[in-house]
Amino acid sequence: MMLEIENLQAEVGGNLILKGLNLTINAGEIHAIMGPNGAGKSTLSYALGGRPGYEVTGGSATLLGKDLLAMEPHERAAAGLFLGFQYPVEIPGISNVQFLREALNSQRRARGEEPLSAADFLRLAREKAGLLGMDMEMLKRSVNVGFSGGEKKRAEMVHMGILDPTLAILDETDSGLDIDALKTVGAGINAIMRAPDKAVLLITHYQRLLDYVEPDFVHILADGRIVRTGGPELAVALEREGYAEVIAA
Amino acid sequence: MSRLAALPTKRDEAWRYSDLDAVARVWPVDEPERIVVPAGEARTLNLLQDAGADDVVIRDYRIEIGAGGTFDVHLLNSGGVLGRVTFDVTLARGAHFELKAALIGSDTQTMELITTVTHAEPEATSQQTVRAIAAGRSTTSYLGQIRVARDAQKTDAGQSFKAMLLDRTATANAKPELEIFADDVKCAHGATVGELDKAALFYMASRGLDPAAAQALLLRAFIAGLFDDMADEAERARFDAAALARLEALG
Repeated sequence: MMLEIENLQAEVGGNLILKGLNLTINAGEIHAIMGPNGAGKSTLSYALGGRPGYEVTGGSATLLGKDLLAMEPHERAAAGLFLGFQYPVEIPGISNVQFLREALNSQRRARGEEPLSAADFLRLAREKAGLLGMDMEMLKRSVNVGFSGGEKKRAEMVHMGILDPTLAILDETDSGLDIDALKTVGAGINAIMRAPDKAVLLITHYQRLLDYVEPDFVHILADGRIVRTGGPELAVALEREGYAEVIAA
Repeated sequence: MSRLAALPTKRDEAWRYSDLDAVARVWPVDEPERIVVPAGEARTLNLLQDAGADDVVIRDYRIEIGAGGTFDVHLLNSGGVLGRVTFDVTLARGAHFELKAALIGSDTQTMELITTVTHAEPEATSQQTVRAIAAGRSTTSYLGQIRVARDAQKTDAGQSFKAMLLDRTATANAKPELEIFADDVKCAHGATVGELDKAALFYMASRGLDPAAAQALLLRAFIAGLFDDMADEAERARFDAAALARLEALG
């Protein structure tokens, strides 16, 4: 079992947002969580990532048997978790290359592995940037500064490629993407994460990303709980009929 | 000498934020070091102040820049219980004064930079860029006075001060002061005091950076560029290494 979430409850600013969420993801699987605004989708990703202000008040979450909630955010990353941000943060003055090399080597040190040399890192970065059709020149610029919405999302996938996580939680990675960028990002997710020993949780509003990254399971999140689970056909039904119809059915 | 004999008090504006107990340990201090830049010539001063934890360092400079001359200062002020550097600069016609400074304090350190830049004649320019990082219960202060004489038309003077407070107990003081007696001048000054971006810290943690490494990276970016234009590469490397070591020790 890759990720096991049991009866997860989480508060933001004193408001209970997740109200007993259960979800199991096995290695090799791609899951999608869809749901209306305010259902708790982003709260789920932040609670699992350990963002300050997102307080877990009950339940459990384990990654490959390890208690995720007991770890600091950077330890969760070293344990194999990657969080793709809906709104990637701009960091002026720090280049992507510098940032990612330090991040990767920080993870490697935490796992007792040797740090990667500058030359080996650049080789890896060039390969992963190429996968997402991103120019190395962009990776030499400050993290996300001056990037368009689509470029930020592609850069997130380059980060994911370089850090090579076991489980990726991608929060609305499809928002702000035009059709071409959507195809590129979809292909990137497949290339990086579709493997027997990896898994993905896609958080999305729309079915369109799922045309390119076909999920094994689709869950509907409403009012802090998963209310329905199905296959890809559930996403199609949602797109056709809307959340209210499908949740009520 | 008689002026220097009396220990300063907090009533003296230039000493208001200082550590007077520390000052008393080294008082009276030497006369200011006088530097004269001849007309049309260029001089530089690279001052890396990283004295030991118990030291008290007070360095005063009186600088006269001749017509068309330039004086370029790079300062890293980060050592001692008190590190105080003052520049009293007078610019002749068309002269230029450039100051790039980083003040880094932790524990109970007091790091100060006090400048008085007098544009005595027309067409002189000055630019001061100061970045301060204060951790623990430290105090960092930048008091920057710009004086523009009555006939110093076409003066262009700039000051930029940004401070980063790492703890609630740390202090940053900024006091720009402009005295302008000419009417055709440009004087720009800006001062901000902030904290590390929490969203950036979580973003960096989510990529695997531990909190100390993330903080050091953000602080490096905060002072990045201050020493980039140093002509002497070995000196630049020495400043960068000293700043980095200091920032990593703050984690």
